[in-house]
Amino acid sequence: MARQIGEVILDLQNVSLSFGGVNALIDISFDVREHEVRAIIGPNGAGKSSMLNVINGVYRPQAGEIILRGEHFRQMNPYKAASAGIARTFQNIALFKGMSVLDNIMTGRSLKMKANIFQQAFRTGVAKREELEHRAKVEEIIDFLEIQHIRKTPVGRLPYGLQKRVDLARALAMEPQILLLDEPMAGMNIEEKQDMSRFILDVNDQMGTTIVLIEHDMGVVMDISDRVVVLDYGKKIGDGSPDEVRGNPEVISAYLGASH
Amino acid sequence: MGFFLEVLIGGLMTGMLYSLVALGFVLIFKASGVFNFAQGAMVLFAALAMARFSEWIPGWLGIANPVVANILAFIIAAFIMFLVAWLIERLVLRHLVNQEGATLLMATLGIAYFIDGLGQTVFGSDIYKIDVGMPKEPVMVLQDVFAGGLLINKEDFIAALVAALLVAALALFFQKTSTGRALRAVADDHQAAQSIGIPLNRIWVIVWTVAGIVALVAGIIWGSKMGVQFSLVTVALRALPVVILGGLTSVPGAIIGGLIIGVGEKMSEVYLGPLVGGGIEIWFAYMLALVFLLFRPQGLFGEKIIDRV
Ligand SMILES: Nc1ncnc2c1ncn2[C@@H]1O[C@H](COP(=O)(O)OP(=O)(O)OP(=O)(O)O)[C@@H](O)[C@H]1O
Ligand SMILES: [Mg+2]
Repeated sequence: MARQIGEVILDLQNVSLSFGGVNALIDISFDVREHEVRAIIGPNGAGKSSMLNVINGVYRPQAGEIILRGEHFRQMNPYKAASAGIARTFQNIALFKGMSVLDNIMTGRSLKMKANIFQQAFRTGVAKREELEHRAKVEEIIDFLEIQHIRKTPVGRLPYGLQKRVDLARALAMEPQILLLDEPMAGMNIEEKQDMSRFILDVNDQMGTTIVLIEHDMGVVMDISDRVVVLDYGKKIGDGSPDEVRGNPEVISAYLGASH
Repeated sequence: MGFFLEVLIGGLMTGMLYSLVALGFVLIFKASGVFNFAQGAMVLFAALAMARFSEWIPGWLGIANPVVANILAFIIAAFIMFLVAWLIERLVLRHLVNQEGATLLMATLGIAYFIDGLGQTVFGSDIYKIDVGMPKEPVMVLQDVFAGGLLINKEDFIAALVAALLVAALALFFQKTSTGRALRAVADDHQAAQSIGIPLNRIWVIVWTVAGIVALVAGIIWGSKMGVQFSLVTVALRALPVVILGGLTSVPGAIIGGLIIGVGEKMSEVYLGPLVGGGIEIWFAYMLALVFLLFRPQGLFGEKIIDRV
């Protein structure tokens, strides 16, 4: 691969998170390097989504630290994470259902919009020009993800696979440095999965975006990730290259023990 | 025929005002997921500010022209409503994010009492006048179409027109601007909106300010009709059946619900009133709302109410 994996950009140290009596994450540490594709795998309920939610501040861990480009945080919040260049998609697609594909993706530009509310209301030159610039960027993303044909469709009417793609498009519209993907291929057929894998690799390769990916399909994970973290019942039981992880006895037993 | 049309038009005109007040509820419900009990208090507070400042300004600034005084008073009152929105976000909403609906509801109840008290302390508790030069005399139109023509109340007509313009302007704003888009996004999904960098706090301030300005316009319209006094608080109560009918989450629902209730009230008063005795106008809307609560609790256009998991 052409891209150069860099320094640690995101470092999680001893993160613990619980909900009442449920320990979703227990003392988890791992790091993510710039430009890499980092996968998080594990059986259902292992704490994978919780991990992503901690990274972008949807959940607040009780212990541990999140170190982003050397800056230490006890916890994030979603707005702060977005401002710091972290974008994400959700396991249960969280698109804005009443809005068109185009509008959904345009919302991803929110942080980059500078015109104030009065300039927008009175459609001054500044506001109009800005809207056009962002629209152009969004059209690029639409072309990139090959969803030109549905750009005016309300997202609620799209089939699941396409909704997942729009969810990715909205995240890409933020031009993030780190992209968190929660099961971007769940519920897809083989062809859709291949498309999605290709898009993810292209994003990583062409835009240099660091990717943290949760995925159940082992074939896909082994194919596209540089390093893999394995969680089971909130604990980290493996961490390393796909080959290392595949040979790890604890990982094998976790997967054989769980029903899939 | 002419009489029927007169009743219909009268109903539509009142209905438009109900729509305006209902819109205040719907906007806040959509954006912050809370039924705002303070809407009525905001109407009174805004109207008090308008009434008192238009009274004080000529003395303070030596401005004799009532139009200029009214415009200045309006701007000041609108700015005060922005401050109220900002304070509510800072002191209340921000600390209650992710709390139960009931907690937020109680909070708005508290806000309502606070605003009521504050308004009376700062602005006084007498009956005040708002005079924005609304014409009081009725006019006769379409004499050549109907025998006797149609008698239209000019004041109601202008009020309805202003309300309709404001509603249309807001609808355009929500559809056509990036802030409008962000607002719709927040209304759809808080968490996703924040995760893409839409600042929830700013959106709340904007929405509460808009609701405050809607309250101000409603307060001016009603205040110039019946004087600015405590009973203005109940104006919001009259919009309650409207949001039940139209659905709490639907802007078109608020508009159409308002019109239906406005027309229904007048029609029932005129055509059913003689049969069941007068006063039907007062309870008609509530009865209709009750029927809706029983058979279609999400209203005409609202989303089906389902518990989120
Ligand atoms: N908001 C929440 N409230 C209570 N418990 C939660 C919450 N979110 C997650 N949990 C619990 O934390 C544990 C880990 O859940 P999480 O969603 O992170 O798992 P996951 O690895 O993403 O699973 P899946 O593969 O099914 O998506 C589970 O026991 C889950 O029930
Ligand atoms: Mg999950």
